[in-house]
Amino acid sequence: MRQDETYNFFMNQPPKSSALIESLLKVLPAANLLWHKEDTAPYECDGLAAYRTLPIAVALPENEAQVQAILKACNQFGVPVVPRGAGTGLSGGAMPMAEGIVLSTAKLNEILEIDPLSRRAVLQPGVRNLAISDAAAPYNLYYAPDPSSQIACSIGGNVAENSGGVHCLKYGLTVNNVIKVRAVLMDGEIVEFGTEALDAPGLDLLGIMIGSEGMLAVVTEVTVRLIPKPPAARVIMASFDDMTKAGNAVADVIAAGLIPAGLEMMDKPATRAVEEFVHAGYDLNAEAILLCESDGTAEEVEEEIERMSAVLRQSGATRIQVSESEAERMRFWSGRKNAFPAAGRISPDYYCMDGTIPKKHIATLLNQIAEMEGRYGLRCMNVFHAGDGNMHPLILFDGSDEDQWHRAEDFGNEILEACVALGGTVTGEHGVGIEKINTMCVQFDEKERDAFFGVKAAFDPAKLLNPDKVIPTLHRCAEYGRMHVHRGRIPHADLPRF
Amino acid sequence: MTDLTNDFVAQIRDAAAAKAPLNIEGAGSKRWYGNPVVAQRSLATAGHSGIVDYDPAELVLTARCGSTLADIESALAERGQMLPFEPPRYAPESTLGGAIATALSGPGRPFVGGVRDFVLGMHVIDGKGDVLKFGGQVMKNVAGYDVSRLMTGSMGILGLISQVSLKVLPVPVATATLRFELSEAEAIRRVNEWSGKPLPLSASVWEKGILHIRLSGARAAVDSAVEQMGGALLDVSSADALWNELRDQTRHFFRDAERMNGGQTLWRLSLPAIAPVVTASQIPDADGQLIEWGGSQRWLWSAASGDAIRDAARQMGGHAVRFNNQHSGVETFAQPSAALMAIHRRLKQTFDPHGVFNPGRLYQGL
Ligand SMILES: Cc1cc2nc3c(=O)[nH]c(=O)nc-3n(C[C@H](O)[C@H](O)[C@H](O)COP(=O)(O)OP(=O)(O)OC[C@H]3O[C@@H](n4cnc5c(N)ncnc54)[C@H](O)[C@@H]3O)c2cc1C
Repeated sequence: MRQDETYNFFMNQPPKSSALIESLLKVLPAANLLWHKEDTAPYECDGLAAYRTLPIAVALPENEAQVQAILKACNQFGVPVVPRGAGTGLSGGAMPMAEGIVLSTAKLNEILEIDPLSRRAVLQPGVRNLAISDAAAPYNLYYAPDPSSQIACSIGGNVAENSGGVHCLKYGLTVNNVIKVRAVLMDGEIVEFGTEALDAPGLDLLGIMIGSEGMLAVVTEVTVRLIPKPPAARVIMASFDDMTKAGNAVADVIAAGLIPAGLEMMDKPATRAVEEFVHAGYDLNAEAILLCESDGTAEEVEEEIERMSAVLRQSGATRIQVSESEAERMRFWSGRKNAFPAAGRISPDYYCMDGTIPKKHIATLLNQIAEMEGRYGLRCMNVFHAGDGNMHPLILFDGSDEDQWHRAEDFGNEILEACVALGGTVTGEHGVGIEKINTMCVQFDEKERDAFFGVKAAFDPAKLLNPDKVIPTLHRCAEYGRMHVHRGRIPHADLPRF
Repeated sequence: MTDLTNDFVAQIRDAAAAKAPLNIEGAGSKRWYGNPVVAQRSLATAGHSGIVDYDPAELVLTARCGSTLADIESALAERGQMLPFEPPRYAPESTLGGAIATALSGPGRPFVGGVRDFVLGMHVIDGKGDVLKFGGQVMKNVAGYDVSRLMTGSMGILGLISQVSLKVLPVPVATATLRFELSEAEAIRRVNEWSGKPLPLSASVWEKGILHIRLSGARAAVDSAVEQMGGALLDVSSADALWNELRDQTRHFFRDAERMNGGQTLWRLSLPAIAPVVTASQIPDADGQLIEWGGSQRWLWSAASGDAIRDAARQMGGHAVRFNNQHSGVETFAQPSAALMAIHRRLKQTFDPHGVFNPGRLYQGL
């Protein structure tokens, strides 16, 4: 740091943060600590770009000892810490706090070990999801959870969000594929959750760490399970002339005792948008398209594809195509995988929701969403993990129009509330973060929220680790309840009430 | 088919007010598992029974904690589905609540998953008598901390698990069991090698020089694996008997009266799958083991002290669980680190501030 910079910095900051920066510089190389606005700006938001805040500083530790030292210093100064992986999160979990620092794992990106015999990989938290499978590929092994963001997102972020992907129906989520997590608590204590074996003594703290959105401890090492790569995979692309029939077909496949490797659905608007983008030959007349994949040995896939096709036909599919080559399989998937950029092409902005519902209600929810489109004056396309009822409505809007963004937000909240009303949840895999903190008031009552605060305090008594995320305070929920009334939940909301 | 929630709430509030802790009991079939509970009163869950919701197409079953595993499994079997984690049925009346609270998993653990992998949500009555709902009936749910998983295997020390939603799976179309004559070391190596190949392994056990492998899945997958792997095919009834004896621990090994009367204790070693063979020089009497879970679960009888066995297990990257009551005074479970123990205590304080539930059962003083 140049002398004049130091001077300017200290002059412009409240005393607490200058003292903090000073002590962070004792434990970190100067190049690993950013505090100029132009350096910290790239960290002001994650994948949920609508919410932005500049932190005091961004720390980029290179090893666990530095993570420990950073946390100890912040703990001492009472400064909150927001952990950050690749920043692809869609719920604002890694959004900085103005009075806090961001701890980025960008420089902790080494694959420490791949053991083909025990089928384990030991990773630093900043390792990208896809890099794990790439490193395991020479052994014909891979890491199963495959979020669409897998080229970019980090394993530490995956642990924090309990991320899923297309193949989770058959192979499980992050929580089912991580066996051990090493982490640093806010007070600097190093802890290990889980073991190299299949369980650990005491309470299942590994289970609660996964999906804890960076609020309980900073993950410094992750051990994952690798599984054998299936030698064959084929996908069925089935068209339906009716959304309800397609929804029922999903249930029929599962009821027939089949667990597809992937079972995804796209509605007509989504199909049209992606077809324009990828030209995969999707059936543009279909009201819904199902992609149903089987993987395993060639014989196994043959047997399953036959059973799946029979069920889909019985459920009223109007057209069935089965991929005949790997190239064709990739082509069938290309539209599903490119749904986000396709949405970006037909609309300046899109807002991705993430509710999960029981599969039997898929058609009901889609019909409700269609009705909301009219009411909010915004379009919505649907591409989702049908096999596990995880819906991803993409609300299309123009962010340069403030009013459209507010309508998109309200639209999204109403979808999430509909998910809860149908027996589901406000988030299947993207996390609550800052985005869904209000809808948490709908899904959990005060006592449950208190229990969450208790869990948080059990790991982080000082409440300094990503403290303003996920769990809404009583005050916030009361506020949200009032807003609801404003937003037309009661008839003639615009009329004064006395 | 009764809902005793209100009754439980009253009992819990009364216990909290009277400072009289409760011993939560289902069928009592796992009473011996864990440390003895320090409580005069007991809370019986058996009456709180019944399947609340089961939709085979959702792969989700929701039932009250006092439902018997037998009733649940027969309802599932009618629709061609099963509890994938194959919990031990120590008694015909063993309850669902007990299976979830102990989180004991069957022979398929490393291949199919354990109890924790199939718990989707639950209703818990905490130590203040409040009914809390966590998770839900859907496959993917990351709203709030995963408290259901925290409760799974908590030995009832945090709250009363009153209702559980589970992910269930279809019964595999085909199964087959293969038999191989192999040394212990060779068996462990082979299972791990096979596990890295696209073969439909669903269980393994090695005992007295014989390795048995169970295969489950699509007919074609099982058939081609049988051809590839070699070994001798076991007939269906012997195979069923074998896997049931392991699942329910009715096999002679687990009930070896001679060893028990000789002052030995049964230990469960939870180790990395590829940990080397545990020898008698590490743990006295360690020869004659039964090895499951592809090498991750090793059962042995020993007269050695609990400390010696736990140290050996820790050195191998795992931990040891005392599996019967022969040596009173020895804790059942290994102690986590001091930092983790502090988290345990604070979690206990959050969910059970008056110390009503199962005091001591997981750890003394908790
Ligand atoms: C185009 C796109 C597609 C996506 N598709 C999917 C999908 O299919 N499935 C899915 O589940 N998600 C998906 N996501 C969401 C996102 O990629 C995942 O949530 C991912 O796991 C986030 O990882 P990250 O490294 O970017 O974490 P960040 O965004 O950097 O952080 C996410 C959370 O993790 C915490 N965190 C990060 N690192 C650590 C650590 N070392 N210790 C403690 N806490 C930490 C942060 O505080 C924050 O709360 C998608 C996102 C995008 C942009």
